[in-house]
Amino acid sequence: MIGSGDIITPLVMGFLLGGLYALIALGLSLVFGVMRLINLAHGDLVILGSYMAYGLMTLLGLDPIVSLVICIPVMFVLGFGIQKYLMGRAFGISAEVPLIIAFGISLIIQNANQILWTPLSRGINTSYSLMSFNIGQRQFPVSYLLDFIVGIMVMFALREFLGRTYLGKAITAASQDKRAAQLMGINTHRIYGYAFAIAMVSAAIAGVFLGMTFPFTPTSGTSLLTVAFGTVIIGGLGSMLGTFLGGMILGMVQTMGGYFFGPATQMLILYIIVLVILAIRPQGLFGR
Amino acid sequence: MSEEIVLQISKIDVFHGTFQALWDVSLEVKQGEMLALIGANTSGKTTLLDTISGLLHPSKGSIEFGGKDITRLDPHQIVELGITQVPEGRRIFPDVTVLDNLIIGSYSRKGRAKREQNLKKVYEHFPILKERKRQIAKTLSGGEQQMLAIGRGLMADPKLMLIDEMSLGLAPIVIDELFRALKEIGGRGMTILFVEQNVRRSLQEADRAYILETGRVVLSGAAVELGEEDQVKKAYFGL
Repeated sequence: MIGSGDIITPLVMGFLLGGLYALIALGLSLVFGVMRLINLAHGDLVILGSYMAYGLMTLLGLDPIVSLVICIPVMFVLGFGIQKYLMGRAFGISAEVPLIIAFGISLIIQNANQILWTPLSRGINTSYSLMSFNIGQRQFPVSYLLDFIVGIMVMFALREFLGRTYLGKAITAASQDKRAAQLMGINTHRIYGYAFAIAMVSAAIAGVFLGMTFPFTPTSGTSLLTVAFGTVIIGGLGSMLGTFLGGMILGMVQTMGGYFFGPATQMLILYIIVLVILAIRPQGLFGR
Repeated sequence: MSEEIVLQISKIDVFHGTFQALWDVSLEVKQGEMLALIGANTSGKTTLLDTISGLLHPSKGSIEFGGKDITRLDPHQIVELGITQVPEGRRIFPDVTVLDNLIIGSYSRKGRAKREQNLKKVYEHFPILKERKRQIAKTLSGGEQQMLAIGRGLMADPKLMLIDEMSLGLAPIVIDELFRALKEIGGRGMTILFVEQNVRRSLQEADRAYILETGRVVLSGAAVELGEEDQVKKAYFGL
């Protein structure tokens, strides 16, 4: 049935999926934009959020959305700590060291999750995450809609935060010119800590909603990192709105690719698009 | 102008990696004066400003500001104590508005407390910035960007301003305007240490000057007198 039948369904699914991709990529984009660090552990930190919500649900019976009250502060502190005690020190040595540290963090999280939760696939299932809603005759999962709404909310929250608060403006300033920011009295070490912490908060939120949408395993983070990379490559690193639009395009490319060329090729199409954009517009469609 | 010394640099050596950029440099800045730091490219002027700002630390010697040892402090602590640098090349934040640049300038605790007051002052010195406050900073002309960089420095509510190569690449008429503004700012009690390539101009504008050559202070004194020194005439005016 390739290339035939209803085109509306993959279109809507891709659109909604894009919100989730954007949500996953926002933190990666922020960390790169501010400290020029490609955080190879980003996907695993997202999955860490999924497992945290999963654990709180199975052990304490907490609703995953309610569990954000715990996940967010934990990830905030974890992010601040990683930046302050690991990355911050490594930046002074060379550009490669933080990259290797991120890789190490990725391995540690994957293995810790394997020990804690076994390699079996898990999912965060709630009464509402399995529901569906209708557009005309077509049915769509409620979890996709939730992902999209939360993706938009987090994107706007980050934009407002970066554009309107003193701390946000300082983060923006440090990302545009670190030296000038230091000369303005901005403690860039601390600013980097906050930026990383905020990126981890967005990762936690992404993890919780991802876990309600798709099953995950301890190694799922690797493929998430690829998706997040694709999103920021399309959207342009460092821009929140660009990242969000990048997510939308990626989601649509994936589902439309599946529609026209079959589900087996949908990821292939997606990576081809990413490569093409890298070749013709390396700063991303919406990047500077 | 009083004789009170606000900044005392004593016998500092500064390295960039293994390259020694400053050798045994001593310098003092007096309350309320306009002090010029003169020298060719790579004579160490910017290195000296960066060391005062805490971006670099001397391997030997000390720096005192207002009687307090600041040799080992970080840049943000130094801004908090009342020294701001207007860096070479202006280095405004290009992708945010003029107003946001000024607000970021007031990031220090000290600056934040007096934000509205200082903003008013900046607009008095540079009315164009008020007109353009909603504009994205990189769309300003070179001269306006320099005004913004100085205004942003003022927003930290400093006692001492370090100004690096303010007139680089600007038209003479713009440079005149900038120096007029500096005089105004100085007239309100600000102490200013500025670095310039243009020796003649520097000696006209400054009260005193230091001349750096390959990382060493070779001459210092009242600006008018330095202009009469044979050594200066030969080296810088080509006489």
